[in-house]
Amino acid sequence: MSERLRVNPIACEAHGMCAELLPERITLDEWGYPLIDGRPLEPRLVQNALRAAQACPTFALLVERDGDNRRR
Amino acid sequence: MSSSSAVTEAPDPRGGALPGTLPRLLAGIPPEGAMSLEEHLAVHGPLPELGGGRRRDRDEGARLVEEIERAGLLGHGGAAFPTARKMRAVAAARGRAIVVANGAEGEPASRKDRTLMASLPHLVLDGASLAATAVGASEAIVCVCGSAPASLQALNGALEERELRPDPRRSTSIRLAEVPGDYVAGEESALLKHLAGGAATPTFRPPMPYEQGLRRRPTLIQNVETLAHIALIARHGAAWFRRLGTASEPGSALVTLSGPVAHPGVYEIEHGASLSSLIEAGGGATAGFRGALLGGYGGSWIAAERLHGVALSNEHLAAHGASLGAGVVLLLSDEACPVAETARVARWLALQSAGQCGPCVHGLDSLAATLAQIATGSAPAKAGARIERLAALVSRRGACGHPDGAVSLLLSALESFSVEFADHARHGACERCASPSELPLPRRSQAKAEPSTRGPFA
Repeated sequence: MSERLRVNPIACEAHGMCAELLPERITLDEWGYPLIDGRPLEPRLVQNALRAAQACPTFALLVERDGDNRRR
Repeated sequence: MSSSSAVTEAPDPRGGALPGTLPRLLAGIPPEGAMSLEEHLAVHGPLPELGGGRRRDRDEGARLVEEIERAGLLGHGGAAFPTARKMRAVAAARGRAIVVANGAEGEPASRKDRTLMASLPHLVLDGASLAATAVGASEAIVCVCGSAPASLQALNGALEERELRPDPRRSTSIRLAEVPGDYVAGEESALLKHLAGGAATPTFRPPMPYEQGLRRRPTLIQNVETLAHIALIARHGAAWFRRLGTASEPGSALVTLSGPVAHPGVYEIEHGASLSSLIEAGGGATAGFRGALLGGYGGSWIAAERLHGVALSNEHLAAHGASLGAGVVLLLSDEACPVAETARVARWLALQSAGQCGPCVHGLDSLAATLAQIATGSAPAKAGARIERLAALVSRRGACGHPDGAVSLLLSALESFSVEFADHARHGACERCASPSELPLPRRSQAKAEPSTRGPFA
């Protein structure tokens, strides 16, 4: 089981909190929308990823488990 | 071949749907108006009994899916997804399934779905009813673009005819739904959202329609032409279906041919037929052409010098970076300026964004602006690199495939017409830039919701 990041592009409003909280995996494009590294998260980043997802004002950042559509 | 005797009585002197030959779907197509139920049954014969009685509906459905799988039928809405695989996923999902026939046809250069629905509505309704049997649905909804009144009228009339002559073995309730003509309205999730009472804009997935679609029920969404092929596969079988086409893409396809040909319109081709045979069927070229647009506005250009020997199958077109998509074959004449045409389509595609996803809203807008600068010779020095960067920023970052399709079209135009683009970037507009637009750009039928005003730079 590993976790990956995904963005709901409809919900995302480019607040940019995620890139602040998880710069290892998230940068912002020229309009402020997140560019996500979608490879499996290293275990040491999972806690920060979950924190970034919780901090998103529109809950647009998703931490998903492989082979599981449930969002965390 | 239950219908072989009926076929010989077909009004079409060419023999109509004689096994193995063309036309199949278009057999006996009336010169105007819709084919009546009586004519339809005379041309194609009645739907065969696949199972026995309602108790065995499930077996009947499973057998039909197997036959469609053996036939190798691929979807005709643009993605060429294997129809049987989709059906199996819907049939396996929990809950009573619903069938949605997609006749939205928002593709500006495509006319094949509305032609099919307006002229041969019973093929579509047969297919919808069979698809319902295949996935265990009791309900089918046929979605038709509001700007296709002839299709709506024909399907309405056909449903009335069927009410007067009900088939006791089939109890699918079929209804029509009018959908907006917007480009993205025909996208699967947008269609479902519209049917559920919302705006016709895409939604975020999962859940996928086959697991949780309309009213949270497993939903089979098939293009109307795909359903029409099912109506014939159920009658004639997989082996018959495979007598046309290629091993990987069996059967026939409806294509919309436009541009400088004597008779632009909808044609039925065998998968793998040569482009030159299609142009010949269209009465031949009436002028020189610079290239061909394959698939639609999410498709690709092939420049004229590379068109020799091109065959109309996805397998063959893949080598050219193209695909048959929704069956659009548009020839751009020598009279047109490919740069001006591309700049106009780029702006149109940007306006077709549902306005929901930031990268699509901003990215397509910036792409259109940069292409307009190139077309007028006012672009900064590194405009080419800017376009490549924008294309990468847009691709795969929307909830639907619209931004990806738009990028594919624009990049293939830049590649196919690289000389013309370089010339415009240096010298500005050419004498053909002001020629009337050859690529159709429909106006919106209704006021569009304002694009998203979210985001820091909006």
